[in-house]
Amino acid sequence: MIYFFQQALNAVQLGSVYALIALGYTMVYGVLSMINFAHGDFFMVGAFLCFVGAAVWHLPFVPVLLLSMGGVTMLGVATERIAYRPLRNAPKVSAIITSLGVGIFLEHVTLGLNPYPKYIPPLLPSFSFDLGGVSVSTFQLATIGVSFALMFALHLIVNKTKAGLALRAISADRAMVPLMGVPVDKMIALTFALGSGLGGAAGVMYGMAYPVIDPYIGIIVGWKAFVSAVIGGIGSIRGAVLGAYILGTVEIMTAAFLPSTYRDLVTFSLLFALLIYQPSGLLGRVEIQKV
Amino acid sequence: MKGTKLTAALTALFFLAGCGGSKTDTVRIGVIAELTGAIPAVGASCRNGALMAEKEINDAGGIELGGVKKKIELFVEDSASKPEQAAASAQKLIAYSHVVAIVGPNSSSNALPASEIAEKAGMLLMTPWSTDPKTTIDAKTGQPKKFIFRACFTDTFEGKVLGGFARRELKAAKAAILYDVASDVLKSQAEVFKESFEAAGGKVVAVETYSKGDKDFSAQFTKIKSAKPDLIFLPSYYTDVPLQVQQARRLGIKAPFLGSDAWSSEDLVKMCGQDCEGSYLVNHYSPGTTNPVTQKFITDYKAQFGGATPDDVAALTYDAVKVIAEAVRAGGKLESAAVRDALPGLPPYSGVTGMIKYSAGTGDPVKGAVILRIKNGAFAWFADAQP
Repeated sequence: MIYFFQQALNAVQLGSVYALIALGYTMVYGVLSMINFAHGDFFMVGAFLCFVGAAVWHLPFVPVLLLSMGGVTMLGVATERIAYRPLRNAPKVSAIITSLGVGIFLEHVTLGLNPYPKYIPPLLPSFSFDLGGVSVSTFQLATIGVSFALMFALHLIVNKTKAGLALRAISADRAMVPLMGVPVDKMIALTFALGSGLGGAAGVMYGMAYPVIDPYIGIIVGWKAFVSAVIGGIGSIRGAVLGAYILGTVEIMTAAFLPSTYRDLVTFSLLFALLIYQPSGLLGRVEIQKV
Repeated sequence: MKGTKLTAALTALFFLAGCGGSKTDTVRIGVIAELTGAIPAVGASCRNGALMAEKEINDAGGIELGGVKKKIELFVEDSASKPEQAAASAQKLIAYSHVVAIVGPNSSSNALPASEIAEKAGMLLMTPWSTDPKTTIDAKTGQPKKFIFRACFTDTFEGKVLGGFARRELKAAKAAILYDVASDVLKSQAEVFKESFEAAGGKVVAVETYSKGDKDFSAQFTKIKSAKPDLIFLPSYYTDVPLQVQQARRLGIKAPFLGSDAWSSEDLVKMCGQDCEGSYLVNHYSPGTTNPVTQKFITDYKAQFGGATPDDVAALTYDAVKVIAEAVRAGGKLESAAVRDALPGLPPYSGVTGMIKYSAGTGDPVKGAVILRIKNGAFAWFADAQP
């Protein structure tokens, strides 16, 4: 039983990192119906900013978190302005290809600066204690705590503020909303700011939990987070979080109770099965194509 | 006009490709190193080791061939740690640079495809660091390849040494293994370790795997923890090791780790810090040895490359270039086949990584290994192991 709880804690930690990144995919999709494949690399840049803050400038945890979130927020907004906005009325596939290009660009800029894997020194005192046989580390608590706090903040912004109302309105009907006086461009920039900021925070969380980073980490983790968003129903905020914890749990529990070699096999088989029966994900809305 | 020029150029290229480049003023040696990609530190060491051997040989006047001293000229290619680029680099060195021998690539995933190209072209290829037995063995016939050599020992030898060492010297009764299922080398190291540890009377209580690119190993280590091993065999690359060892320590695992030669980069101790303290690994050489050849190599390397202590890749690459130079001299001709034929006849070469001796019919040398222990943030010599 203790074994199960230990694994459950591992699952919540992994799910929290996936959730922060999955939110970025789902928010952009919800507002623009576009998949921003560069998001995994925004996350990677967040992890490298965490490295710069922690290893080069020797900042403590909170300033590093703010540095990464702020830096990646600016990167997200700038990318939207430079690369995606000119393509707003182009076919969807152009924007998707552009986002792939932006991702590869970011990987190679980072690679060009320095190809060596980077080690992020611990930002918090490394310490683990025993909770009825389950060993809990400060890093796990910080990851889970900060993720929950940021997700709650996002929930408040989207559901309790005027800007959040505008975001939800654009998501419901992008053609009609500008006629109501909502500044669509600003709102889309806000979407990118929020999504990228969370991606930056995920970079820090990730850098603390798995402190060796390289320019390619955004690919695998980004894909997993994207899969989470799809499981939950892409476009749905609650769905992305739910999907992330489901994916984290399935990954950890498969490795825990079956030979660990089967982990990705089981995970992706479940994804296929789910999508056959629920093509728009668990909480996704069914889109009706109007002709 | 344009068309004619192009045809002429292509014809010239094919002609050059065909004639194997024997009419050069220098002894051209190709180097394929992983300068970018997953293991750039390995690539950088490889290049440095080769440059140092080149400088030493050229400073002494070069290699005497038919009464004329010829200098060595290196052609360094980046494999980017990608198998397809390693193969392409080998092709380029053979067809375009007309080298007489190739040193590298280092990782087995890169060395395997490059060795196929070299073997087909009849080009001597010596990998400094690829310990996978398959590198020098033809997969179709099961016979040793004719032109492929290595400067290091094989996984089989490495796993065997480690299994016996864990049981006899460290007195471990129960061992756990975690390895990358996507890597041939690491997988075969794990298998051979299990075999030899159990043959020595130990018991392997948990075998867990992960896949290239994984960063979370908490599920595997939680499983390993509940099996209560005395030590954990972790044949991972040095970029994965810090993550794995730290996650294990955070889960409360106290057992020491035992690593393979894939651990041996100075970056490992920098990235791993306190958590890797007390772990063991097997290596091709140790900077702590009293061997005068090794000590001179370390001093010269530090002087040439800004103070960094050379790692095993640098040492093995240096030995590989030196051995090839010896074989070129003994063979007397700038032809890959002549150099290959001369290799087994050389007297035992006393290199930085110990004695190296080749025998006819195999590309694997007979040589020693060392067991190191991580102590105060550095690799410290612990024991010697002989084949």
